[in-house]
Amino acid sequence: MTPMWYIVLSAILFSVGAVGVLIRRNAIVLFMCIELMLNAANLALVTFSRINGTLDGQIMAFFVMVVAAAEVVIGLAIIMLIFRTRRSASVDDANLLKY
Amino acid sequence: MLSNLWLLFAIPAASATILLLSGKRALKWGPWLGVIAPAISFVLGLIMFFQLRDLNPRVTEQNLWSFIPVGDLQVSFGLMFDPLTAVFVLLITGVGSLIHLYAVGYMAHDERRVTFFGYFNLFITAMLLLVLGNNYVMLYLGWEGVGLASYLLISFWYTRPSAATAGKKAFIMNRVGDAGFILAIFLMFAYLNTVNYGQVFERVGSLSANTMLILGLLLLLGACGKSGQFPLQAWLPDAMEGPTPVSALIHAATMVTAGVYVIARSNPVFSANTTLQLIVVSVGTITLLLGCIIGCAKDDIKRVLAWSTVSQIGYMFLGVGLGGGAYALAIIHLLAHGFFKANMFLGAGSVMHGMKDQVDIRRFGALSKYMKITWLTFMMGWLAIIGIPPLSGYFTKEPIIAAAFERGDWTSWLFGWAALLGALLTAFYMTRLFVLTFHGPKRWTEGQHPHESPPVMWIPLVFLAIGSVVAGYLMHTSVVDWLNPVFAGVENVPEYEPVMPHWLISVLGVAFAVLGAGLAWAIFGRGTALEPEPAGVVVTAARNNLYTDAFNEVVFEKPGRWLTRALVYVDNKGVDGVVNGLAALVGGGSGRMRRLQTGFVRSYALSMLLGGVLVLGALLAVRLG
Amino acid sequence: MIDVSWGEQVVFYILAPIAVIGALGMVMARNAVHSALWLVLTMLSLGVFYIVQAGPFIGMVQIIVYTGAIMMLFLFVLMLVGRDASDSVIETLRGQKVAAIALGVGLGVLLGTGLYRGTVDLTPVGLAEANKNGNVQGLASLIFTKYVWAFEVTSALLISAAVGAMILAHVERRKDERIGQAAMMKERFLPGNYPGPKPGPGVYATSNSVATPAKLPDGNPAQRSISPILPLRELEPAEKADKHTLTGGHQS
Repeated sequence: MTPMWYIVLSAILFSVGAVGVLIRRNAIVLFMCIELMLNAANLALVTFSRINGTLDGQIMAFFVMVVAAAEVVIGLAIIMLIFRTRRSASVDDANLLKY
Repeated sequence: MLSNLWLLFAIPAASATILLLSGKRALKWGPWLGVIAPAISFVLGLIMFFQLRDLNPRVTEQNLWSFIPVGDLQVSFGLMFDPLTAVFVLLITGVGSLIHLYAVGYMAHDERRVTFFGYFNLFITAMLLLVLGNNYVMLYLGWEGVGLASYLLISFWYTRPSAATAGKKAFIMNRVGDAGFILAIFLMFAYLNTVNYGQVFERVGSLSANTMLILGLLLLLGACGKSGQFPLQAWLPDAMEGPTPVSALIHAATMVTAGVYVIARSNPVFSANTTLQLIVVSVGTITLLLGCIIGCAKDDIKRVLAWSTVSQIGYMFLGVGLGGGAYALAIIHLLAHGFFKANMFLGAGSVMHGMKDQVDIRRFGALSKYMKITWLTFMMGWLAIIGIPPLSGYFTKEPIIAAAFERGDWTSWLFGWAALLGALLTAFYMTRLFVLTFHGPKRWTEGQHPHESPPVMWIPLVFLAIGSVVAGYLMHTSVVDWLNPVFAGVENVPEYEPVMPHWLISVLGVAFAVLGAGLAWAIFGRGTALEPEPAGVVVTAARNNLYTDAFNEVVFEKPGRWLTRALVYVDNKGVDGVVNGLAALVGGGSGRMRRLQTGFVRSYALSMLLGGVLVLGALLAVRLG
Repeated sequence: MIDVSWGEQVVFYILAPIAVIGALGMVMARNAVHSALWLVLTMLSLGVFYIVQAGPFIGMVQIIVYTGAIMMLFLFVLMLVGRDASDSVIETLRGQKVAAIALGVGLGVLLGTGLYRGTVDLTPVGLAEANKNGNVQGLASLIFTKYVWAFEVTSALLISAAVGAMILAHVERRKDERIGQAAMMKERFLPGNYPGPKPGPGVYATSNSVATPAKLPDGNPAQRSISPILPLRELEPAEKADKHTLTGGHQS
């Protein structure tokens, strides 16, 4: 076994996250799927760090976490706001911006 | 003085500018400024006239500046003063000044009289430019200038629909002629490489007979348009919708004679081709008969005079068409006509002034007692136009008729007798007009109190009446010799003996005039019905302008309308169809495309993922493939 | 070529399927809370992977910050939004599910094979050298030297996010919409309104759930005693039955 299998796992998790974004309608679950994709990327970064023998990949993963945290804060606030005005957390209900 | 030819038209131009710019501020002094400007030009013209007499050769040219310098086309803003021009300058400024003076009285109560005098001076400017130019482009400049002034003045009372329509009619029919004229200028430039009179006439001999014929026909078309000759005569009677001084100056004395001027000026072109001359003569003859016949049936005093103008210009065309010595005859008839026709138009204006703008001669009668001066002056004009010996008309018209008999073949008989018949008819309808207006019983509408016009109006009448009487003596002066240098090169045309003795023609002319006058007096001496009565075919046709208007309507206007409608249809369905179709295509396509914008975030995310997968696949395909 | 130790292989073979199952479970769970819990499972597995890949600090951060803080935030918001926590099964967008799964599989295959084939020939260096002063010290020396600018920018990002969240969550009342104390009291004592405190939920020996209504004197459940968002929980017959507390619990 080589560390490359971590990369394959990362790809699988990323794809699952992407499919989740596409098929789930609850905005919060959608967000979770995005978190999963970020985590998959993090796994790849950490593995790359190991392959390259430097810690830069881990630092990158660290920054991804920070950004993810900020994004979650804002994203959840937006979801709250939408829910407060529309009484729904479904992304399909927020479809006024169209043709 | 001759070195300052530009002053002649610059003075009225300056006056026109001042008048048109000052508007109502000039209500008091404006009209008088309008009178003084052409008067100064007249005095200057007189001085130049006498100076020109001492020159040898009698011609002077000036190029003020380069007007259109484009490649091979070098047109200068050039002026020329020769005997023909001099005669015209004196006619325009002299008769023009008198009519301006008359207009001061006639237009005294009009709110827009300052504008009127501005247009009037503009007309004088343009007309002077027309005759002063030394090339055809300058002529055309003045030509369009008088056309514009004519349009502005015919529709001067533009709130009346009839006046506005008449202005448009004049403008559009003139366009037909102007198109011919400008094509003639193009033709000259294309074949002769010049538009200067002198150079054109030098090189015109090098043209083939057909080109010359076409050139002459195009010039003739322009002349017919401006002078109201057959087949473009219909606008001139309608132009009487303008104020009477306008009718007198523009549509009787000066502008409408511009066609005669063009043909006289272009005499080397016309003299060189007998076919062309025959056409000009035919046009003149047809027009003079047409004018006479319609003039007999009209009841509107100004329209009778207008058709009479058409007919008299027909005589002039006949004269210029005959060529040879008849050019000078036509010009002298033009001069005399300028006097007596202006005189009669102003007389008609005076009658209308005293009769509350009544124009129907059936509602006049017995006015000789109430308007002595108008009556007497009008009588001079009447006697002059029908050709009673001591007056001008006899001396100027009779030689043209005589010349018509001198063509040397069978056409002499045709044109000669047509001209004589025209004289008979002229005497008939002018006498009818005169008798119905000034003699016979009163047939006035109620509430009429005819009175003589103020001095400012009758003084010009007196001068013009004197002109009408004495203009004929020009024939006995050196005017004929005076004009001959202009028509040099036509002296070598063969002289034919008249088919009838000259004295017989003179006697016949006077006899016909007296016969026509007597006939009219006998019929209308006791007045006539107040309304037009049903009449025979000929009279009905004459009342309807011999159906020339109807002909124009059917042959030109209707197809024009159809063509326009067809074009509108093509434009709407075809051109717009393509444009709108394209727009609809894009719009429809966009309408369908925009359905992609469902508003569902997940659909967008799906397409993003699709794009990502494609990019990834492409990348891998390149890297691994 | 560093050795992937036997122990790590065992960990990978056990936790990798668990991570994938967690991910699939998150996507497929109908209830959002279940989704969150499945995600926690995946994240914990990933945390372990980080640790075994010589990244103890990032692994602990993953577990403490991500799994601990961020996921709790998710659950918190879920509780706030919670009433329609479960999705309906019916897919409204035609073909969305099929297309998404097809594309997802395609993406996974392409990404996996692409990355694997791109990196399989590399020789992993391992982090033994980089971590010789300790993993945290290694990270710290990089963060505060090479990445200090990014690190400082991160602080700006976080403070902006905090302020942004506050602005988004804040509901400002216009002045004229505010109700004064007098008006509030008037409203409270209007006819038809019950001015007193609402009864608490029922407290019984067998159930003191907030979903259990209190009983009115006539024995009916008092609807006002429970939150309107909660489904009414009826007492089961066993709970209703006489417990014989007065007789010492003995039945005879």
